[in-house]
Amino acid sequence: MTDASNNPRHPVARNAIALGVIALLGTALLAWVNSATKPRIAEQERRQLLDQLEQVVPADRFNNAMHEDFILVSDTLAFPGGQQAQVFRARQQGVPAAVAMKFYAIDGYNGRIDLIVGILADGQVSGVRVLQHRETPGLGDGIELRRSDWILSFNGRSLDNTAAEDWTVQRDGGDFDQFTGATITPRAVVRAVHRALEYFEENQEALFSRPSEFAASEEAER
Amino acid sequence: MSANYRDIMADGIWRQNTGLVVLLGLCPLLAVSNTVINALGLGLATLLVLVVTNTAVSLSRPMLRPEVRIPAYVLIIASAVTVVELLMRAWTHDLYQTLGIFIPLIVTNCAIIGRAEAFAARNRPLPALADGFAVGLGFTIALLALGAVRELAGYGTLLRDAELLFGPVAAGWQITVAPVDWEFLLAILPPGAFIALGCLVAARNWFDARRQAAADQAKLDMQPATEPS
Repeated sequence: MTDASNNPRHPVARNAIALGVIALLGTALLAWVNSATKPRIAEQERRQLLDQLEQVVPADRFNNAMHEDFILVSDTLAFPGGQQAQVFRARQQGVPAAVAMKFYAIDGYNGRIDLIVGILADGQVSGVRVLQHRETPGLGDGIELRRSDWILSFNGRSLDNTAAEDWTVQRDGGDFDQFTGATITPRAVVRAVHRALEYFEENQEALFSRPSEFAASEEAER
Repeated sequence: MSANYRDIMADGIWRQNTGLVVLLGLCPLLAVSNTVINALGLGLATLLVLVVTNTAVSLSRPMLRPEVRIPAYVLIIASAVTVVELLMRAWTHDLYQTLGIFIPLIVTNCAIIGRAEAFAARNRPLPALADGFAVGLGFTIALLALGAVRELAGYGTLLRDAELLFGPVAAGWQITVAPVDWEFLLAILPPGAFIALGCLVAARNWFDARRQAAADQAKLDMQPATEPS
């Protein structure tokens, strides 16, 4: 390369070659790093997903590979905003035991609140966690388990033991606490969980019988 | 030669500190400096990118004509950032998710292309590497200082969520300074970042001014009092 300055070739060609060489080197490096880190990244994502699932569905409730047994559903009422909810199915010896639904509430104080909701086959909530949100720190972030145990107040709730009008915050006459200075955030979470429960009750059978989309998603990655 | 490297380090860390003097790369500086660990994570990622890009830019000097240098730098920087992003996803997955968009956005940190243009393009690879390290270190220190001030004021703690960066062993590293439940929202929210940065810049300038004054005084004392004042 050092003798390139003495080269009589046209400068445009020289520039094109120089850029091409850099692009090629950069791409080669990226391709190599990508293939070297891919298994580990997939493993990290799997570990994280399993971690989330086991937070809302107790591990002793199922013995299938729950993280690989999922379907995508859409329903404008239960899951508004054009989203696709991801429904993971937990089975004990093949018998439906619980689902964990990943979806988001669209009506937080600051946009989306990503949730995962565990529902046992008998319609009881086995756990709710907030996966991601942009609510005000110090006010709305009480929905995070590391900030307060408010999110645990869903455990054991069902459509049977909590009437439809109680599925909101106390300020609206419901059963759930709001936070000092923040009503919108908990209200959004409570209502989203309620909608998910109703959806589960109406579609329980179909949710468990549809074939898993895991194989299809694996295929698409390749 | 050694004095040369000393100058590079002093410029990068203190005299021309990216965050506190040149005020480049403020977007990530202000956005993710709400805790020490976030600040350290982004600082180290930026440091690594700077070392790689400065070296690569310096190495590519012989084949680059001035007209195409900027696109070439952009290619180099984008590749380096993507590599760092992939490594973070593989090894510090939780921190990667906390820092989110600000890792890919290192590409747009003008401090990086600034160093490529101002230093790496005019120097041999080794000094360029040293400059990348010094500037990255200076940026990390600025981020850390800002993160420490904001986390102390905002949460009353230091090193919270250390496990995101250092793994499970670090879960107990948090140092709690203020009473439990201490929370000062302003420091955590974006305005707090501007206020804290302003204070840090002022503190640095005050320190420099005092040192300068002391040096001037010393010079005056050395001179015989024959000159009129």
